[in-house]
Amino acid sequence: MPIAFADTLSPSWDLVADIQILLHYHFMQNAYLAGTLVAVIAGFMGYFMVLRSQSFAGHSLANVGFAGATGAVLFGIPSIAGLFVAGVLAAVGIQTLNLAENNRQSDVAVGAVFTASLALGFLFIALATSEYAANVYDVLFGNPLGISDGDVVIIACSTLVLVGAFVLIARPLFFASIDPDVAAARGVPVRTLGFVYLVLLALVVAVAVQVVGVLLIFALLVTPAAIAQYVTTRPLVAAAVAVLLSLIFTWIGLAVGYFTPYPVGFFITTFAFGTYVLVRSGRFVLNRVRQRWLASPGDSSIGGAA
Amino acid sequence: MSVVMAGVLPPFTLNLWQDIQAMLHYGFMQQAFLAGTILSVVAGLIGYFVVLRHQAFAGESLSDVAFTGAVGGAALGINPLASLLVTTVVVALAMGGLGERLRGRDVAIGTVLAWVLGLGALFLSLFNAHVSGAGTGFSGVKVLFGDILGISTDQLHIIALISGLTVLALAAITRPLLFASLDPDVAAARGVPVRALGLFFMVLLAITVSEATLVVGALLVFALLLLPAAIAHQVTTHPFAALALAAGIAVIVTWSGITIGFYTNYPSSVCISLLAFVSYIAVVGSKRLQRGLLSGNRMHGVRNPG
Repeated sequence: MPIAFADTLSPSWDLVADIQILLHYHFMQNAYLAGTLVAVIAGFMGYFMVLRSQSFAGHSLANVGFAGATGAVLFGIPSIAGLFVAGVLAAVGIQTLNLAENNRQSDVAVGAVFTASLALGFLFIALATSEYAANVYDVLFGNPLGISDGDVVIIACSTLVLVGAFVLIARPLFFASIDPDVAAARGVPVRTLGFVYLVLLALVVAVAVQVVGVLLIFALLVTPAAIAQYVTTRPLVAAAVAVLLSLIFTWIGLAVGYFTPYPVGFFITTFAFGTYVLVRSGRFVLNRVRQRWLASPGDSSIGGAA
Repeated sequence: MSVVMAGVLPPFTLNLWQDIQAMLHYGFMQQAFLAGTILSVVAGLIGYFVVLRHQAFAGESLSDVAFTGAVGGAALGINPLASLLVTTVVVALAMGGLGERLRGRDVAIGTVLAWVLGLGALFLSLFNAHVSGAGTGFSGVKVLFGDILGISTDQLHIIALISGLTVLALAAITRPLLFASLDPDVAAARGVPVRALGLFFMVLLAITVSEATLVVGALLVFALLLLPAAIAHQVTTHPFAALALAAGIAVIVTWSGITIGFYTNYPSSVCISLLAFVSYIAVVGSKRLQRGLLSGNRMHGVRNPG
């Protein structure tokens, strides 16, 4: 639950002073540091997730964290280890089932893994005592305002490693995502890349889940990338837009969440969704206008790229 | 959590008939079996279309949406079932409306889902701040994981009524819906209202998911929706046989799961989900093995019946 001191500090119109107030507290500094790191990698990974139509896989991997966290508590291992193991196992499961079904039904494979992990998570809670009931909410909705220094270090290191690994496969992965058949014909290992991407996604989610929760990591993965897809078709620009948007949403959401007693996750998702709806409707209107121009015979000046 | 007291329960003997009699001696077990049977039939039938139409993500999202709807209703003091039904139907229509093409659909669902989860976080914090402790008896964990052993007679009546209507509505549109799901382009060319059918099916799905989520929890709903249908889809290609098979498998899995849960004292939703998952893995695995053997035989001139 957010620990906002709304009664002692209220926002003024002096933005510099506001930001100073905001960054005065150590927990807010940590929240901004961790939020920035998570937003950058989530925006980047999310672009590929949207490109590959794997939102369901992303959502499931986020929920798998639930089984990982509760299992870790039950077996007495560090929760980050439990999250990693659960995430990688789920990625392997999705990939194996996908292959077994000949890629026909990827959503069923994802759904099956999702069900199993949720059931296991609940079983772990039932096996342990009921003291984790509150923990369930922390895993689901996260607690961005309660991040410790240790968390920040873990996130920073894993983000660096993951970004490094990701940059290595970004080019072939892009090729394989845009046109799997041509890529396979050119000798790109499409299946292996897909699997590596799933594992990386699982690891990113595992790192982020314990900080920002299932809800928020998914929102940062999917919505900025979805918006970026509507803004531009150029891959590098789109990835940059996705990262930028997720940064802006996170920063504004943290600030607003700090000055109000409501959860940060709500504000981040609402800003993101509002922008998405705006961009989509703007796009819709633009397309209509362009169609009208095309329909009128005298006017042939249609500026701008598609 | 199951409300059974281990000391009072009859032990499991090898006399199966006596075991079943002993189990059904309890009123709450009778109700659990009745409700489980009704829900399994509906979930199996609707689920087959979910698998056929690649809408597993939508189905899963709707049970998360149901969570938000229920928490929202509890926080704002509205009847949870009413708020749940309204929320899921509205979101289902939004998902259906935003994502018309298959390619962009999962992104649209994911974006809507992320925002609805954010709303859920808000409602949960409102609920915890204002309503909690007032003895409403509402529990978020229960909505997520449910308790089929704790169904009241009123709930049973509601389930029976809504499920009956849903099955009737589904029966009315089964043929055109099958056509539209299997080959949307040809169906559209033949004058079948593909889009309207899709939206209508989304509404049916939303109603099924929400009524069931309130009673047995999101986990069990999704397990019953997806896995029996996925098994049926693997086993037979004939649609009506698959529909019957999906409902049958769902019922069997539910009965076995409740029985195992009763005698082992593990949560029945976990037993049912894991049983369904294991059956699915077994079927996919044996299918795969069979295919491997067949492709081996084909080299020796045996005709491939697939």
